Amino acid sequence: MMIKSRRSFLKVAGIAAIGMGAAPVINLAASEPHGSAQPVISKNEEALHAKRWGMVIDTSKLNEEVAEAVREACHKAHNVPDFTMTPDPEKYPGTRPFRDGQDIKWIWPEQFHYAFPDKEDEFLAEKFHHLPFLVTCNHCKNAPCVQACPTQATFKREDGIVLMDFHRCIGCRFCMAACPYGSRNFNFRDPRPFIEETAPGFPTRSKGVVEKCNLCAERLAKGEQPHCVEASKGAIVVGDLEDPESKIRGLLKEHYTIRRKQELGTEPSVYYIV
Amino acid sequence: MIMAGLVVFVLAVLSPFWFNLITSTQAAPKPELLGKAATAKKCVLDKYEMRAEHMYLLDVWRDSVVRNGERKYTGTNGQTFNMSLSTGENSCLGCHEDKAKFCDSCHDYVSVSPYCWECHTNPKEIK
Repeated sequence: MMIKSRRSFLKVAGIAAIGMGAAPVINLAASEPHGSAQPVISKNEEALHAKRWGMVIDTSKLNEEVAEAVREACHKAHNVPDFTMTPDPEKYPGTRPFRDGQDIKWIWPEQFHYAFPDKEDEFLAEKFHHLPFLVTCNHCKNAPCVQACPTQATFKREDGIVLMDFHRCIGCRFCMAACPYGSRNFNFRDPRPFIEETAPGFPTRSKGVVEKCNLCAERLAKGEQPHCVEASKGAIVVGDLEDPESKIRGLLKEHYTIRRKQELGTEPSVYYIV
Repeated sequence: MIMAGLVVFVLAVLSPFWFNLITSTQAAPKPELLGKAATAKKCVLDKYEMRAEHMYLLDVWRDSVVRNGERKYTGTNGQTFNMSLSTGENSCLGCHEDKAKFCDSCHDYVSVSPYCWECHTNPKEIK
């Protein structure tokens, strides 16, 4: 019978432990030549890039017609539901429209004194009383909704877009409470029956999910300008705020601009030429 | 007496197997390759990997597209794909045109109900 001292047993055990630790390293080194053919995930070549996306809205080019065209183009393309419409009774029997107050908006015309409550002067220029200011998500630099979201469903993308991952939204609505601009809306019911014509290019949402403007991230990825820019007849320009040579920075250099509720420190990325 | 009891017990315990023997057992439906998929013959991963891993792949794709804006997938076979379930020619449903026979037949059989289609749209259905 072999007699083992504690010392020799520990030695063997120690060497064995080192050997076990080394095995994965050796395996990894051995598998290196086979691992060369990995799938590659990349951005589209035609995608538009920016350090921080921003928007300039020229209010002198805004009128009711333009505002409506912009809203329509955006909402149609993103399958934004209209809860006041009556759903198709054949497809969705028994589904009735909502009363007002639970509507969903990505971009919409707003009156000056609602859009800029801090800038309402006693004697405001006459034209501002009737101008349909287009308001949307401001894609803030310090976005409060991003900080409020407990699941990181709302997050700030590298290029400054405040984006939502609808898959992860649990419908807690903290973001809606946090957003000082009312840019977020909640789907209290399944939105599908309330979409007149479903656009194939963008998914719908499901019940219990918050939604908002995504600055057409899906279009920028294909090298196209956002829907609102295309429908606005030049009133809306989207570009890179961090690039001094960009068209948007040119506009900001030339014109006096205002931002919504700037004093809150959210640093909105949507500027209004007034 | 004990043996008789044992026989009854074994018969009872194995009853699901007997049940399956006497009722017609249906083999798992195979996803049908129709339309473009029938001729393309080159998918994102090879057939067996795809069967086992497609849900993980889709999970990676969704994070990549939404979080990083990376929407192009070049597979080990050199083909590139648009990382999308249902938008455009080069997406999953762009090639596998019939959702009912490609996705649903298997999912129904194994009784899983992924909620992809609560939001994502089947281009065939909305026309």
